Amino acid sequence: MTTIQHISTSRRIKDRVVQGLVYLAFALAVVPLVSVLWLVISNGLARFDLEFLTHSMRNIGARDAGGGAYHAIVGTLEQVLLASLISVPIGLLTAIYLVEYGRGGRLSRAISFFVDVMTGVPSVVSGLFILAFWILFLGMPFSGFAGALALSILMMPTVVRSAEEMLRLVPNDLREASYALGVSKWRTIMKVVLPTAFTGIVTGVMLAVARVAGETAPLLLTVFFTDSINNDPFSGPQMGLPLFVFDQAGRPNDTAIDRAWTGALTLILIVMLLNLVARLIAWWRAPARGR
Amino acid sequence: MTTNVRTREGGPATGRSASRRSRGEVPFRYLSTGAGIVLLGIMAAIAVFLISEAVPALQANNGNFLTELIWDPNGGEVFGIAALAFGTVLSSALALVIATPIAVGVALFISHYAPRRLAGPLGYLIDLLAAVPSVVYGLWGVAFLVPLLKEPSVWLNEHLGWFPLFAGEGAIGGKTMLAGGIVLAIMILPIIAAISREVFLQAPKMNEEAALALGATRWEMIRMAVLPFGRPGVISAAMLGLGRAMGETIAVALIFPATFDITFEILTPHANSIAANIANGFGEATPIGRGALIASGLVLFIITLLVNTAARAIINRRKEYARAGA
Repeated sequence: MTTIQHISTSRRIKDRVVQGLVYLAFALAVVPLVSVLWLVISNGLARFDLEFLTHSMRNIGARDAGGGAYHAIVGTLEQVLLASLISVPIGLLTAIYLVEYGRGGRLSRAISFFVDVMTGVPSVVSGLFILAFWILFLGMPFSGFAGALALSILMMPTVVRSAEEMLRLVPNDLREASYALGVSKWRTIMKVVLPTAFTGIVTGVMLAVARVAGETAPLLLTVFFTDSINNDPFSGPQMGLPLFVFDQAGRPNDTAIDRAWTGALTLILIVMLLNLVARLIAWWRAPARGR
Repeated sequence: MTTNVRTREGGPATGRSASRRSRGEVPFRYLSTGAGIVLLGIMAAIAVFLISEAVPALQANNGNFLTELIWDPNGGEVFGIAALAFGTVLSSALALVIATPIAVGVALFISHYAPRRLAGPLGYLIDLLAAVPSVVYGLWGVAFLVPLLKEPSVWLNEHLGWFPLFAGEGAIGGKTMLAGGIVLAIMILPIIAAISREVFLQAPKMNEEAALALGATRWEMIRMAVLPFGRPGVISAAMLGLGRAMGETIAVALIFPATFDITFEILTPHANSIAANIANGFGEATPIGRGALIASGLVLFIITLLVNTAARAIINRRKEYARAGA
């Protein structure tokens, strides 16, 4: 008659210790998130007022309080919009090529590999590339559009990857049903595949936008600085919200640091809002809800 | 019976109109192929234009670009990558050493420890860390982390000063390599955790259940069934994190004090990196200075390219293993 033996104490202790370590690791990872959000909110709210949202830094002296980030918010919105207009068509068409036309050929494997490589291009390098190509080689001026070009390079691989994933999720039955009705391939893609994957693609694009909206380094090298409102992204230096935070944080007086915190708060609100909308769209059209 | 079948426009559905309908086929195919080729072209252009704009500055350089410590391209036209490259490697290695164990713990927590209903939202919480813009981390690092680290740094220096990393005379604490390394660690943690989590979730359920059925504790099951399966995935995740840490710019540009020397003393205010130097030096750069910065960016591009390619190679090989095992 054998009895079931208890797990020895040392094994049980080891198990408990590891469990404790794993919980500790998670807690450690959450601490900075809470700390960052807390400091940004508590320090940022002080200047989060109408003046901040509707005024630029023009005629604000080095040690003055007041002033705002209106010029930076306008710049960021325009730059991100332009970057999306450039990168979404290219990224989406590339994904369509990879899923519908390439099908494991040499070119599609090369493109797929370089999309991965492009994901790893540091943001500052994409800024340097636009600086070298657009501004130094072609002799174009610093402008919001140059910043948008740099951001679009960072967006493209994200858009390709998420769109590709969504297109692969479209059941082949749908494509075959469409072909069986005599519909040509490109019409099938336009009328059947893309509408089916649409919400997923939108989610991916929004997440890509949220990612580049917070990028500073590429803007630093291509958009340059200004304290004034410049609504035209195609001529003259612009500002961007991340750039505004960087600029203000580098100044030595407290009023500037306050502005930097409020800028950071505004930036986080924009990025989180984009993230939230993306998740909501994904949740709203999730297959589990029977749509 | 003859003209019962009609197109939407009302014309008879003859062979001619069918071919008219698919007229867009060839242009569309070229368009999507072209988009893919544009992407390849951009990658090639990045390399070409970085090189072409760097060469004039490199020719004007009076020092050795690879070994010179000083970065003075604006006045003296002497500049070298050595100190900056060292700073990039040291800061990202530090970040990796701090982030990887925590990220693996977080991944295990989400995949095997957290209650199943909470796992999704808690994983999303970690993903939020990646959504915080890097300039915000920089601001947080300067305003909060740097003062916070002052006393622990002094303590470490006094009691463990014999250890080369904690050595150093004079000023201890402040804008140090350690502060930058911690901020970088926080920034790469979500990437490493997310990939590791996916890999751990893919570990064969049969092996896990077999281990538990044999009486293994949860940790023994993880050690025997999950970790060996996930190891290549974790390694490549760490390397992707390393690539990200090396290219990270604005956070460290705000924290690093922009010194140009090679030292392992992470508690003294001596720190810089290629990316931070680009962000800090661009404002007052002359044409030669810009070329020099582009040259340093080229070095960064090549280093991150190598690290990322190696990481991808490991992931892709593992994918084939998984398929072969299925």
